[in-house]
Amino acid sequence: MRRAINRFLGSPVAKPLWFFLSLLPLVWLIFGATSDSLGANPAEALIRASGDWTLRALCLVLAITPLRSGAGLTGLARFRRMAGLFVFFYAVLHLLAYGWLDMGLDLDDIAKDIAKRPFILVGFSAIVLLMLLALTSFHRAIQWMGAARWKRLHSLVYGIAMLAILHFFWMRAAKHNFQAVAVYAAVLASLLGWRVWRWMTQREPGGMLRVRAIWQRLSQAAQSRRPPSA
Amino acid sequence: MLIKTDRDAFNHPVPSDITPRAVYVQRRTVLRRMGSLMAAGGIAGWDQRQAFAQTAGWGQRPGALAELHGVAGRGDGFSVMEKVTPYKDASTYNNFYEFGTDKAEPAVNAHTLKTSPWSVDIEGLVKKPLRLTLEELLKLAPMEERIYRLRCVEGWSMVIPWVGYSLSALIRRAEPLGSARYIEFVSQADPKTMPMIRSTVLDWPYVEGLRLDEAMHPLALLGFGMYGEVLPNQNGAPVRLVVPWKYGFKSAKSLVKIRFTDRQPATAWNKAAANEYGFYSNVNPTVDHPRWSQASERRIGEDGLFARKRKTLMFNGYEAQVGQLYAGMDLKKYF
Repeated sequence: MRRAINRFLGSPVAKPLWFFLSLLPLVWLIFGATSDSLGANPAEALIRASGDWTLRALCLVLAITPLRSGAGLTGLARFRRMAGLFVFFYAVLHLLAYGWLDMGLDLDDIAKDIAKRPFILVGFSAIVLLMLLALTSFHRAIQWMGAARWKRLHSLVYGIAMLAILHFFWMRAAKHNFQAVAVYAAVLASLLGWRVWRWMTQREPGGMLRVRAIWQRLSQAAQSRRPPSA
Repeated sequence: MLIKTDRDAFNHPVPSDITPRAVYVQRRTVLRRMGSLMAAGGIAGWDQRQAFAQTAGWGQRPGALAELHGVAGRGDGFSVMEKVTPYKDASTYNNFYEFGTDKAEPAVNAHTLKTSPWSVDIEGLVKKPLRLTLEELLKLAPMEERIYRLRCVEGWSMVIPWVGYSLSALIRRAEPLGSARYIEFVSQADPKTMPMIRSTVLDWPYVEGLRLDEAMHPLALLGFGMYGEVLPNQNGAPVRLVVPWKYGFKSAKSLVKIRFTDRQPATAWNKAAANEYGFYSNVNPTVDHPRWSQASERRIGEDGLFARKRKTLMFNGYEAQVGQLYAGMDLKKYF
């Protein structure tokens, strides 16, 4: 089963298919807007839906590594960049929907909104960070930065995930409507939690658990700083 | 013998029988005029019936529910001159958390609400506690049609042709004591017919309140219908409050109890977030919600997708009618 999936993921049709499927939400939203089937407040529906899809794309990209290392679906490796860029894509659509449909592209009003509404400030920070990641997503950037620095920069996605959940939570707080927030928080918590668990259970050269090694080093440092007993 | 036939000999037209040429030449016009006269007579009867169905120029009754006709309200501010929101939008975009927190949910879920039998208890600082059935309430005062603006605290608004009468008629019937200063409105909260009431989004039952002078203002409406028909369940059937100069959450739906009190009632949204939702909650573009501006609003169903939002009016455009209720009050403190 795993081999079949990996083989399919390696085939030349997989990437175009993933690309096409990732665009379907946008197609559906455009269709909804033009056929007036988004309800009484289509502007609000578009802003909310594009935000929802950004969160889902984020969950998807964060699920790739656990599925790759944990479930052995190594074929997913080459989809990480496209998945990440689609998070940026839907985030930009969400920003555009807000800036145009809600704020009428009035930069002055938008600036005032960022200053006045904490959840908009949080959302904006998330998109600025996402833009950083998007701009450094191609091969030349990895070469220029070096693998280690690039990896550290792109681990910002964890911070982005937390900003995104905070943005969503604060937005929903006005109506005490936290059901959907709880679901996304649970998904993201488990995807990030998997990484914490992996980090903690890794082993140093020599076989000791990394967590144990760090604990040893910390307690040694604490002991050496303690004043000598009289 | 009495009836002349050909056998009776003399049976051909006389010169006086001949149609005058002028009339003969205009025969088609004459026929047409006779026809339209008859049609006009017929239409007159039909038109009167149509006049009941078609009210104030906003269009036809939706034909979905039982008719509830109201005479066009004649008071100050009773009828705004703005485009009425389409019935489809007004009846499918609702905040009625007892039936779900998504705006589309009440229209889908509210069919479980049982609106008959229905009665409203009147208690508290009144001469004698009452229980009025819906039938008694419907006959308490003549039904009027009022076209009011409705502004939600979330930043959207509608224009709705309500059917009802001024709340003051019910207050007079209740005979409040001199010590009564406020009215508390309690909505239906039956877990058997409102399954979402188990959620802890708000404290149930939904409670709202008005100062007595606000409630006595002619604009405050006890609503029984909209668009010429009884209220759909999701809009707060069978009887609700409509206070057009305040944010929409003050207009409590599906009322079951009205209590006269001397203390300011603890209202649902004020209990949930006191710094965001005040007791008065008058529509005020100069007093922002702590987390968003109240200076503009989106008119549902009218402005296009890319249209800019419109400016919110002080007291939702009813400043001339209700401004004096708050003269000298610090509206930033008493929001």
